[in-house]
Amino acid sequence: MEFKFDKEKNKENIEKFKKTVQTYKDTKGALIPVLQGAQEIFGYLPVEILQLISVELNIPISEIYGVATFYSQFSFIPKGENIISVCLGTACYVKGGQEILEEFENQLGIKAGDTTEDMKFSITSTRCVGDCSMAPVVLVNDDVYPRLKKDKVKEIILKYGGVAK
Amino acid sequence: MVNLKINGREVEVPEGTTILEAAKKLNIKIPTLCHLDLHDIKFVNQSSSCRICVVEVEGKKNLQTACSTAVSEGMNIRTDSRRAVKARRTVLELLLSNHPKDCLVCAKNHDCELQKLSADLGIREVRYEGEMNDFPIDNSSLSIVRDPNKCILCKRCETMCNNVQTVHALSEIGRGFDTVIGTAFNLPMHESNCTFCGQCIAVCPTGALTEVNKISKVWKEINSDKVVVVQTAPAIRVALGEEFGMEPGTQVTGKMVSALKLLGFDKVYDTDFAADLTIMEEATELMHRLKHGGRLPILTSCCPGWVKFIEHNFQDMLDIPSTCKSPHEMFGTLAKTYLAEKMGHKPEDIIVVSVMPCVAKKYEAARPELGLGGTKAVDYVLTTRELAIMIKESGIDFANLQDEEFDNPLGESSGASVIFGATGGVIEAALRTAYEFMTGETLEDVEFHSLRGMDGIKEASVTINGEKINIAVCHGLGNARSILEKIQRGEANYHAIEIMACPGGCIGGGGQPYHHGDMSILKKRMQGIYNEDRGKAIRKSHENPMIKKIYEEYIGEPYGEKAHELLHTRYIPRKKM
Amino acid sequence: MITTEKLEKIRQEHRPILEERLIKEDKVVIKGDEILLKGNYYKKQYRIALRNCGIVDPGDIRDYIAMDGYKALSKILREKEPKDVIEDMKASNLRGRGGAGFPTGRKWEESFKKASDKKYFICNADEGDPGAFMDRSILENDPHAVLEGMAIGGYAVGSDQGFIYVRAEYPTAVESLKKAIAQAKEYGLLGENILGTGFNFDIELRLGSGAFVCGEGTALMESIEGKRGMPRKKPPRTSHVGLWQKPTILNNVETLANVPVIMNKGVDWFRSIGTEKSPGTKVFALVGKVANSGLVEVPMGTSLREIIYDIGGGVQDGKALKAVQTGGPSGGCIPASLIDTPVDFESLAKIGSIMGSGGMVVMDENTCMVDIARFFLEFTVDESCGKCTPCRIGNKRMLEILTRMTNGTAEEREIEELKELAEIIEDTALCGLGQTSPNPVLSTIRYFYDEYEAHVMDRICPSGVCKALLRYNISDDCIGCRRCVKVCPVSCISGKVKEVHVIDQDKCIKCGSCYDVCPKNAIKIG
Repeated sequence: MEFKFDKEKNKENIEKFKKTVQTYKDTKGALIPVLQGAQEIFGYLPVEILQLISVELNIPISEIYGVATFYSQFSFIPKGENIISVCLGTACYVKGGQEILEEFENQLGIKAGDTTEDMKFSITSTRCVGDCSMAPVVLVNDDVYPRLKKDKVKEIILKYGGVAK
Repeated sequence: MVNLKINGREVEVPEGTTILEAAKKLNIKIPTLCHLDLHDIKFVNQSSSCRICVVEVEGKKNLQTACSTAVSEGMNIRTDSRRAVKARRTVLELLLSNHPKDCLVCAKNHDCELQKLSADLGIREVRYEGEMNDFPIDNSSLSIVRDPNKCILCKRCETMCNNVQTVHALSEIGRGFDTVIGTAFNLPMHESNCTFCGQCIAVCPTGALTEVNKISKVWKEINSDKVVVVQTAPAIRVALGEEFGMEPGTQVTGKMVSALKLLGFDKVYDTDFAADLTIMEEATELMHRLKHGGRLPILTSCCPGWVKFIEHNFQDMLDIPSTCKSPHEMFGTLAKTYLAEKMGHKPEDIIVVSVMPCVAKKYEAARPELGLGGTKAVDYVLTTRELAIMIKESGIDFANLQDEEFDNPLGESSGASVIFGATGGVIEAALRTAYEFMTGETLEDVEFHSLRGMDGIKEASVTINGEKINIAVCHGLGNARSILEKIQRGEANYHAIEIMACPGGCIGGGGQPYHHGDMSILKKRMQGIYNEDRGKAIRKSHENPMIKKIYEEYIGEPYGEKAHELLHTRYIPRKKM
Repeated sequence: MITTEKLEKIRQEHRPILEERLIKEDKVVIKGDEILLKGNYYKKQYRIALRNCGIVDPGDIRDYIAMDGYKALSKILREKEPKDVIEDMKASNLRGRGGAGFPTGRKWEESFKKASDKKYFICNADEGDPGAFMDRSILENDPHAVLEGMAIGGYAVGSDQGFIYVRAEYPTAVESLKKAIAQAKEYGLLGENILGTGFNFDIELRLGSGAFVCGEGTALMESIEGKRGMPRKKPPRTSHVGLWQKPTILNNVETLANVPVIMNKGVDWFRSIGTEKSPGTKVFALVGKVANSGLVEVPMGTSLREIIYDIGGGVQDGKALKAVQTGGPSGGCIPASLIDTPVDFESLAKIGSIMGSGGMVVMDENTCMVDIARFFLEFTVDESCGKCTPCRIGNKRMLEILTRMTNGTAEEREIEELKELAEIIEDTALCGLGQTSPNPVLSTIRYFYDEYEAHVMDRICPSGVCKALLRYNISDDCIGCRRCVKVCPVSCISGKVKEVHVIDQDKCIKCGSCYDVCPKNAIKIG
């Protein structure tokens, strides 16, 4: 999914962030604390914000991007309120984990690794979560859904306040 | 001084010398890969990351990199021990295990430092095979192809782009095995702030950065019904010979013309003619600004890398470069107007091919404001390297060719136009003309030596009509940036500045035969340029009879209305990244 | 602003309050000046770096002062010249607790002697080894010990600016440090004109951003400078050319926590603990298959046996000890046969491991050493910065070989190739991390060669860990209860009720579910 940063909706956050940048303006080596601030405020690093940092701290954008991609803490896509992790370990895979994943993708209209437009859900596929005897397993945030059937997917989405197809 | 022993032999070197340099003194060669020191242009890539140059130093637990370790008193070094050689070979094998093996069809075949190293070390198998990087190839731009899968992360391109050129288009992205050199947000090069100067190509040891190849397109045109005319830039004639085993700087103008004719070009012209034209326009423009209080300094505008650089980085200064099109674009315009009329062809039936030392010219040719109605002024740009391939491909025995002359009317040129190829040359050529225009006197000594040479920023003052004209010359975009910032701060008092993106000027262009780190090659080419100038009967642009003729017959007044329409352009502010 | 007299007054006033609270909580034994934690686990330990952990309230600077906190700093600032402090540090022979064991005093001296308009003093709190949490405990429970150590160091080398580079994954430690720095400033124990002596020293917190390599000194400095955390080539030493090209000292948390105590109790006292070459104590995170896991601080030279059996209570579930892994991804696996090895820098290095920062993972007979090597390599590959060829590509290739070994597709020659590659990576990598990354491989090849042979030649995992090499079979002990049939995720078990069941080997994915539920232990792994 192509994600669009909504400047209007983030107006307050942007103002807040600009203040953060100002406090670091005279700090040596300000880039990483400023990136951490952006990650905290926006939940990820929007392109527009990185450009703002580039101008304010007078650091080339390519360098900022290089730094941000070095550290695993920084993310370039926003994550949803609820993170659905579909286990694709061997046991789950054999028991239809892939089908379950596809059903989530269909119902929410996004692909694994993406986030819904309303920011309610992100889907990720994970390596074995060690619950092979309960395969296929899906985690929504910290809730475990064992032996999940395809037709239960819709129910789960509704439970977390989502809209399924 | 420090005394040490390398491979059992004693040597004395100054403090601070690296093991690599000390070994060189003993004629001991230690292979290197990432290391590159072009101190003439302040380029030092000493990341000691490839680990190819490891040597054994007595008393040290681990092997040490020769390129970055300074010698110390009493050091005892073995560069040839089993341990060092074995390590070196293994490190190379590791690099090869993540490198495509399609050398036969790689643009850098025979010019690849990794390939050469594998040959030199006699690598016959790669024991450690496994996953290889699989990054998309970026061929979005019109100038540069980036194949990150061939990258060995030596960072030379990054050092060049960021430290020397200060363009900041390239950066390391990600980490570990998946590290890649790329643009911000992995944007296609075409959408980035890259100036396409091509200096990254000039230092890349492998085929990770190469030019966009237009050879097959040009062959197709040659074999079509169209009239295909070719022009060659001043810097080609002192470098092309290198591709055929000749000494750098050898003047091969006549052989080049004859080869181009053999390749099947209908007419072979000289960009130098257009360079003379540029001088006419630029000198007149300078006088105009001086007389009418226009904004100073005037900046030269021949170099497309430099033009894109100022468009991205100094949007408030776009009124100071000369509005002159670059010479090959002037040529293209005249070929499709003046020449077309003269030859009795429609403009669209003429194909203009430029042979340039430059990859940015490829991008420049597609700038819409340089087009003529529906067609481009220059249809294709080939680099010196591409031309050499075409000559080799055609089986032409270049070294034994007879000299031939350029065709006319766009083939006659002065010595002033030849020196466009070296840093300082444009301004020197302009001075030869401006002086005579402004004073009405003959300039006896036409050579301005203070404007020549490899210094990054050169300055000179010339008194014309009792007025002191302050001149600066800079090459390399980092030097350009510092001089522009000086102007921005109001600290500079220049009347005219020549700027070239590539260190050394066009003779060091990104499309020239690879120098492989040998800066003496650039100096020899430079000498070749000045020799060519000295050999010319006419050494001032305004004395070129063909130039006089074209103004009389077609253009009218220099810097006049028609001249503006044909020979001048405008600049476009671009996103500062 | 606080003066030395005022500091002493706080100590005297607050000490009884602290003691009263601790007695009420029934956590400690008070012996004269000493306050010790109760219990057998602590009895055999010698706590210097952890002296205040579990005793002071990290949020109240007065607790720390009551435990003689900032006493050393105050004394030094009044009575000692920087060069004397350095002489003391040298004499104490306190060695860096972060891994390499470089003598702290010598490091300080190098920086001290280097003239510069600015010097920096950094505390490395980027504790990243999986299974290690020594520094975290100090940062969370006794942050002032670190701050005081830094201030003393700053005074000694001539630095007025400190940084603490701490993992963002330690939010409690970050909070604890923030609070401690604020309090110390409020009390005039950090900042300008400390204790009225004219000495200035400020500390700034910098958070890591999720890159293990930033625990390496030069990478850490690059990171503070706002760059990609990639190690620099050495020389120059960072004590000469470090952060922003200025002389910089980098000490780890545990090292710094030792400093005030050494200054208070004296060099002779410190040297009476531990061994000649490695004086003092070391904190270990004793984890894995050990009965009592947790942090352990013992004098250097204590044997592995004492740590694992006397303090840790031996191997869990009465199983046999197979190996002890020390030093995290940079360390090695020590076989059970070497359990009487004394723990100090030299002894561990001699047997192919390292002291490291103090991770100590106990492994029993059910641990596969090839798989462990693979596990650590996977970590290293994930965390390699990618700068130099041996680490970026070499470790990747090692991981690929180890993966082939654990899934039964490696060829015989690959054991030798792996060893050769490991040795060359060790010899050629750019930074300490790359140079030590082959340790888990080399130490397991050295001590558990038979396990490698079993994986590669016989395609067997003797410990029953590598799934691809496992065979689950049902023995005659089977009572046909069908529990295994129900849990099998791929329905590969068949058989009639109350009869012996059979596993279809082609379908089995070796998840072990049947093994876990069998009430008769009838399922055998081989």
